[in-house]
Amino acid sequence: MYEIVAFYLFSALTIGLFLITVMSKNILYSMTSLAAGMVLISGFFFILGADFLGVVQLVVYVGAVMALYAFAMMFFDATRDIKEKNTNNALVFLLGGLSALVLVLMFAAPIFSESVQALYPMHEGVGNAQDVGIVLFTKYLVPFEVAALMLLVAMIAGIILAGKKMDVSLTEDMGADDEIMIVKDEK
Amino acid sequence: MMIGLSHYLIVSAILFSIGLVGVLRRRNLLMLFFATEVMLNAVNIAFAAISHYYNDLTGQMFAFFIIAIAASEVAVGLGILIVLYKKYGSLDLDDLASMRG
Repeated sequence: MYEIVAFYLFSALTIGLFLITVMSKNILYSMTSLAAGMVLISGFFFILGADFLGVVQLVVYVGAVMALYAFAMMFFDATRDIKEKNTNNALVFLLGGLSALVLVLMFAAPIFSESVQALYPMHEGVGNAQDVGIVLFTKYLVPFEVAALMLLVAMIAGIILAGKKMDVSLTEDMGADDEIMIVKDEK
Repeated sequence: MMIGLSHYLIVSAILFSIGLVGVLRRRNLLMLFFATEVMLNAVNIAFAAISHYYNDLTGQMFAFFIIAIAASEVAVGLGILIVLYKKYGSLDLDDLASMRG
């Protein structure tokens, strides 16, 4: 019973929040609703029994990725509304609606799933985190290490890309610079 | 009435389509990044649901790797966005179009 209520609550809230993310004109609203939607998606993972995945979703997505976006917002002017000229809105919504219909039909179609059996079945009486750890550090050890290397490369690339010409102001306002110069001169 | 696998898959499909509409519709590069995050999260829901209903851990493993890839994508992508903003002073795709064919 609780599962049904939680599922419908989470799905309605997530769809609404992600619609705000996609449709909003303000970057700040869009980013905030994206973060809230990701918190609710971790709720889905907790319902599904994937506890460790839910915690990773909270830590990595809501903690790290959204904090990274928030830091990047310091470089861009976030208070200004985005002006976009959308030339063909009807076509976009037609394509999006059609792809939604096709995906729902594909997923709702009867799947021949009798022959599918679990490759790494979950163990009874073992917590989800222990189970995940055993599979991750035995069967998926090489992809895990490659992912770690990829994160290191991405970190170095991000630092190098963002660190170029860090002394130049991005939202440069010539008037503000002049004022600072004048104040310095007066002193 | 119980919540089955198809419920989760339909929610995942709807969220993926919301992200797809965002990718097709938005003109701002930062908004395109947000829309791709929405799509990645939708796929993660589908993986976790299949993992739960088939009693298999492989889906959760793939969801972990998707999260790692999304994190590194955001790190590199935001660096590129900052470089582009320094060069052009805008993140609008129409302003960034430098190849006129």
